[in-house]
Amino acid sequence: MSKLIIGGREFDSRLFVGTGKFRSNELMEEAIKASGTQMVTVAMKRIDMDNREDDMLRHVAHEGIQLLPNTSGVRDAQEAVLAAQLAREAFGTNFIKLEIHPDPKYLLPDPVETLKATEELAKLGFVVLPYIQADPVLCKRLEEAGAATVMPLAAPIGSNKGLVTRELLKIIIAQSRVPVVVDAGLGAPSHAAEAMELGADAVLVNTAIAVAGDPVRMARAFAQATIAGREAFEAGLGGVSDYAEASSPLTSFLD
Amino acid sequence: MKVIINNKEIEVEAGTANLAALLRAQGFTGVGQAVAVNNRVVPKADWEACGLEDGMKITVIRAVCGG
Repeated sequence: MSKLIIGGREFDSRLFVGTGKFRSNELMEEAIKASGTQMVTVAMKRIDMDNREDDMLRHVAHEGIQLLPNTSGVRDAQEAVLAAQLAREAFGTNFIKLEIHPDPKYLLPDPVETLKATEELAKLGFVVLPYIQADPVLCKRLEEAGAATVMPLAAPIGSNKGLVTRELLKIIIAQSRVPVVVDAGLGAPSHAAEAMELGADAVLVNTAIAVAGDPVRMARAFAQATIAGREAFEAGLGGVSDYAEASSPLTSFLD
Repeated sequence: MKVIINNKEIEVEAGTANLAALLRAQGFTGVGQAVAVNNRVVPKADWEACGLEDGMKITVIRAVCGG
């Protein structure tokens, strides 16, 4: 399987894993290990002065793992830039998952602010992975603005609906000169495999693993599906036809 | 003198020389953490050089779980 390169770093695994919603940090750590992922997201929060909780970072900051801090919680480009600078200082990485989604019901990303922030952050030397609507035109604009990848959504965050945006993802993948990471809404390993078969360079999965009955086994299942989908894409899938195409000789050998 | 750390008003003890001393006194290590003063990031290397002012708005963040 070919390697994925983002921000000058090589990734063997094409499955990125989010750390939200796990029942415990220990379970999250086990699931991350089982997934074989090399890219793990973290969010940021102001430390509560009256309640200093357990630091989750020690459960994810392992050798071979690239931390991908996200900007979740920011409302516009200006806040996103500050969040990225804080992340760089706190975690020592210039990778940033740019997400600006002011609407709490659907968590759909704001394309205008995301483009503005991408331009700014790319100039500041960040490796910007913007989370966006599956909009082929926006993806090209982000690429021109210096985004390291584009991360179009399959379906709303946490919805587990799969590739709702399938046709648009196909256009994005066909046009993109930066890696395409399908993010959000992948609810089952088959969804991840489908995204990879379409030619996505990677998938990012969180909820479907975290809320599974057994997150460790589900992480493994997503890992296998991601590999299978990529292998199928690189092998070259057969064409689709409306009619039967015989796979056995049709000679009437019993006559 | 009072400053605001993460939306909480904190009375700064007399003799607290700079941002580094204040953060130490408040139990912040800087490991896996980052600090902004009035919405500008102050790198850890600059904490000693950063003086304190009344009403200063200090933000200290750390990692939490998220996708």
